[in-house]
Amino acid sequence: MHNKTLVAVATGLGLLALPVLTGCGSGDAKGSAADSRTVTLVSHDSWLVSKSVMKDFEKKSGYKVKVLKSGDAGQAVNKALLTKDNPQGDVFFGVDNTLLSRALDNGLFQSYEPKGSGLVLPQYRVDQDKHRVTPVDTGDICVNYDKAYFSEHKLTPPQSFADLAKPAYRNLLVTENAATSSPGLGFLLGSAAKFGNDNWQDYWKKLKANGVKVVDGWEQAYYQEFSGSSEGRKAGGDRPLVVSYASSPPAEVIYAKKRPSTAPTGVSQGTCFRQTEYAGLLSNAKNTKGGKAFLDFLLTKEFQEDMPLNMFVYPVREGAAVPPDFVKYGPQAKDPETMAPGTIAANRDSWVKSWTSLVLR
Amino acid sequence: MDVARTEVAAARKGTARGSAARLGLMALPVAFFAVFFAWPVAAIVARGLKADGVWQFGRMADVVTQPDIRHVLWFTTWQALASTALTLLLALPAAHVFARLDFPGKQLLRAVVTVPFVLPTVVVGTAFLALVGRGGLLDDLWGVRLDTTVWAILLAHVFFNYAVVVRTVGGLWAQLDPRQEQAARMLGASPLTAWRKVTLPALAPAVAAAALMVFLFTFTSFGVVQILGGPTFSTLEVEIYRQTSEVFDLSTAAVLTLLQFVAVGAILAVHAWTVRRRESALRLVDPKVTARRPRGAGQWALLAGVLLTVVLLLVLPLAVLVQRSLDAPGLGYYRALTDADGGTFLVAPLHAVWTSLEYAVAATAIALLIGGLAAAALARRDAGRLVRGFDALLMLPLGVSAVTVGFGFLIALDRPPLDLRQSWILVPLAQALVGAPFVVRTMLPVLRAVDGRLREAAAVLGASPWRVWREVDLPLVRRALLVAAGFAFAVSLGEFGATVFIARPDNPTLPVAVARLLSRPGELNYGQAMALSTILMVVCAAALLVLERLRTDRTGEF
Amino acid sequence: MLLSLEAATVRLGGRPVLDAVGLDVAEHEVVCVLGPSGSGKSTLLRAVAGLQPLDSGRVLLGGRDQAGVPAHKRGVGLMFQDHQLFPQRDVGGNVAFGLRMHGVGKGQRDTEVGELLELVGLPGAARRAVAGLSGGEQQRVALARALAPRPRLLMLDEPLGQLDRSLRDRLVVELRELFRRLGTTVLAVTHDQGEAFALADRVVVMRDGRIAQSGSPLEVWQRPADEFVARFLGFENVVPATVSDGAADTPWGKLPVPDGSPQGDRPLLVRPAGVRLVAADEGLPCAVTARTFKGTHVAVRLLPRDGGPPLEAACALRAAPEPGAEVGLAFDAAEIVVLG
Repeated sequence: MHNKTLVAVATGLGLLALPVLTGCGSGDAKGSAADSRTVTLVSHDSWLVSKSVMKDFEKKSGYKVKVLKSGDAGQAVNKALLTKDNPQGDVFFGVDNTLLSRALDNGLFQSYEPKGSGLVLPQYRVDQDKHRVTPVDTGDICVNYDKAYFSEHKLTPPQSFADLAKPAYRNLLVTENAATSSPGLGFLLGSAAKFGNDNWQDYWKKLKANGVKVVDGWEQAYYQEFSGSSEGRKAGGDRPLVVSYASSPPAEVIYAKKRPSTAPTGVSQGTCFRQTEYAGLLSNAKNTKGGKAFLDFLLTKEFQEDMPLNMFVYPVREGAAVPPDFVKYGPQAKDPETMAPGTIAANRDSWVKSWTSLVLR
Repeated sequence: MDVARTEVAAARKGTARGSAARLGLMALPVAFFAVFFAWPVAAIVARGLKADGVWQFGRMADVVTQPDIRHVLWFTTWQALASTALTLLLALPAAHVFARLDFPGKQLLRAVVTVPFVLPTVVVGTAFLALVGRGGLLDDLWGVRLDTTVWAILLAHVFFNYAVVVRTVGGLWAQLDPRQEQAARMLGASPLTAWRKVTLPALAPAVAAAALMVFLFTFTSFGVVQILGGPTFSTLEVEIYRQTSEVFDLSTAAVLTLLQFVAVGAILAVHAWTVRRRESALRLVDPKVTARRPRGAGQWALLAGVLLTVVLLLVLPLAVLVQRSLDAPGLGYYRALTDADGGTFLVAPLHAVWTSLEYAVAATAIALLIGGLAAAALARRDAGRLVRGFDALLMLPLGVSAVTVGFGFLIALDRPPLDLRQSWILVPLAQALVGAPFVVRTMLPVLRAVDGRLREAAAVLGASPWRVWREVDLPLVRRALLVAAGFAFAVSLGEFGATVFIARPDNPTLPVAVARLLSRPGELNYGQAMALSTILMVVCAAALLVLERLRTDRTGEF
Repeated sequence: MLLSLEAATVRLGGRPVLDAVGLDVAEHEVVCVLGPSGSGKSTLLRAVAGLQPLDSGRVLLGGRDQAGVPAHKRGVGLMFQDHQLFPQRDVGGNVAFGLRMHGVGKGQRDTEVGELLELVGLPGAARRAVAGLSGGEQQRVALARALAPRPRLLMLDEPLGQLDRSLRDRLVVELRELFRRLGTTVLAVTHDQGEAFALADRVVVMRDGRIAQSGSPLEVWQRPADEFVARFLGFENVVPATVSDGAADTPWGKLPVPDGSPQGDRPLLVRPAGVRLVAADEGLPCAVTARTFKGTHVAVRLLPRDGGPPLEAACALRAAPEPGAEVGLAFDAAEIVVLG
């Protein structure tokens, strides 16, 4: 008799506990679905916007914005793809041109053309017939160089892909793993765009012979191996050339303990690859009206001008002003390499594979 | 002889009640395991291997025959073997020291030795980089950089797993009756022969169990390899992570997950067998009796050597962390933790300490409930093979990739009443998956050691089964329960892999906050990361020190 | 009938440990189950206590079938072989345990514990720790604990097995007195026939899960049922014999048998007291092979000259011959039992 009671109590407790616990937690989720006053943004960890700008949107639109950060860009896209039948939010921001085809081919987004699409600069526009994604920001992946090193050694910094392979710059470059890192991949794609499908392998062979160092992630490359960043200097970084962003020099200035008069690092203009970030309305989103309003918000002048100092990217909207610090210390790349998302999708995996066996193994 | 059917049925009812009780105890752990582990993992594997409703088993052959994958498999196994050998080499002398020598500060040292085990990999990776990487201590002193070699990985593995060997082997060694060896010596054996022929065979199961555990942990090592290995070194777990999270090739990831399952399952099966052997038929004594002060130059030298190893290998990386956190004048980094910079965090990073503690309490409660019930069911004398198989099954979460579990949660737990994707309970659940095995391992030997006849004596005196448990089992296992809780608590605090995938980003735990700070530019962020890591270290150490005071000799290890 | 076992069978590992055992214990009776290890005695106790389910048969307590009644509801007391005192509690806590389970209030508990401890000869020991007790003291505490809830049936498993000889002898007397005074119904099991005979009103001999003989100690001693019981009781002089009329043909020659003995081929027992030593030419010629001092008498081992198995005789202390001496044997019919 007592054993049976024990069984009943144990199972009963277990079954009771679950709904109680889920009730506590998913109160939010249930709330946001039923309450169409909340719009949920799913993004990567680097999403950032000033509080005042966001408050402004919330006041004007009447929606409350909930932000779900889910890892780095690649992870966030993959998680969204995994959950596309029952997405965790309404809008997704943060798929870039290297991953765009994966998102579009898997039906992650539904069509919507936000107000203000007409003001997006033409070089960033994409998916013109279906309008499943909206460009939101752009940045360039470029080789940064340590000005102090090059002036000490009386060397001109390299300015193009070809320069990097020259013996004068032997053992000076550090880059990231193209399989796992966004700038690493961008650099690879840039070289593929420059030299074409048939010749980029030769270029990389030359780079390898010239002593290029590959590390796993951008943090390690920039903060430890690069001699131009403040942390890198502290960590004893000995590579004056690093694959990073065109917006890294302004960041160095803005975040320095004592603000220098010129940027300590510069950008090699001829080594850039354009990276554009997109946002879209998720298929199966619960609050489509709110999502649309949010997408409109992303293209407003207010948001576009708020982006640079928060996410260190450049606006895509015509007429949006770039902060003076950016202009002074890190001008946007003039003529970066580009590649159509379709081409990227078709070749990415095989290129990364051959790159890996060429450079890493 | 004709026996009335009613009598037979009446007698059988007795046994049926026994197994009903056993099944009742197992119900909740099994349900927990099925819903929060088996189902998500199966879901993500199915997503990978099932295309348009058809199972693509052919994929398995494709993946396994790829040279890249074979290289990964070989490297995973090789570095696990090397790490295990190195750990055994360095930690066995320490096990002897802890078992047989008595010296002041022994409890403190045991706590110190265990701290690395519960630290998150992000902290350990950073500490080691600060030690052996670019600009690290070794670099400053001698220009030596190990972070591009496999040695960094091996050393970090030893750092993590030192405690496993010391506690498992040392724990048993301390309880071996020295009179057994003395008996051998009376019969004419030299001290070395006596040790070899009497003590070593008795220790063998513990050494085997410890080695298997270390092998398991290093085989499935992720954070360490990722941070310290760079792009050239890749283990199975890292590969699963890449395939799932970055390349999004779910079918390859699924095949690799299954492969890892098989390997881990085999390791656990062998481990279960050695554990059973260890728990049987040994004359065990009170460890307080066997330890004494070092005598003779040899023993002093051994003690000194072990202390030196501990300082260099375990304390030094952590010391570098602490030193870097103090780099700003007037504890600047610590003070910076108290304000939110509105950027990286919506709340002050110090809030992460509070969040971690909340999650840890919830995770510990769940782990105690699940692990306690499972241990109670497993400890019964009549536990059949099915129930014992569950013992090994409960350990599986230790060997399955956190990204698999995390992603599995995303696709499995998405419908009410189990739409937990954004629920705060998801993190404690994932942490409890890792904590429950520790609870079972700690409590099982104690529960098994409770003489069944003591329970029978209470029953005959009129105690119902519930009161029997309360009057007999509970007082005896109370201490073990506290130790188990402490362990689950520390493990939960340091859990990183699963948490980073499923934690709500606006409410990070300590390890996740550290990772976030490290990924942002600026020395301020780096310094804050060091400060948070130091706080985490101190909290873990404090919890473990309290544990040391509560431990009894019977409390189980691994 | 307080306890009734009807065809109780327990199978462990395929073989029957209790094989259709029938047993009755009346109120106030002290029954000792005697048997070698493996005979099923402990299983019998556990089956009655409810710790071991029956494969067939019934246990009746007070006329009620105990099938389906769990151990904690049967109202029997069980004293374990190794006492099983609760290590976390002191002596008083152990003794009071059963009272607590039955909901007795604290004040009354303390009174009863005090009384019981006096009864078992440990007055005022309530606060002592269990770990510091000697074997004899532990045994008394275990006894007090089992008695406390006033069980209708008290069962003892090897009650004196752990103690040394003098303590054992003393305790046997004390226990018998105690049981008589309290009127407790007792079912004890032991392998020591001295203990069983000293304690019991009735002795039940078990072998391989079956009852070989049941009767008062005197009955069992004087008339063992078969060869097994005889040998178990310690008798060595058991030989095969052919009985016809008043005599039996044995390897030791023709021996007289009491009237009414069963006829035909049967084992035959000669109690040592029935072997008289006479002059070598007056009886069966034998040589003395060994002498063992037994306290009250001397056991003399003898080997017949003309072949035949050795036998044992009991001699007074002063009359015992030296080893090697030649003696003659005469047999008393009164001490001869035809077995089977």
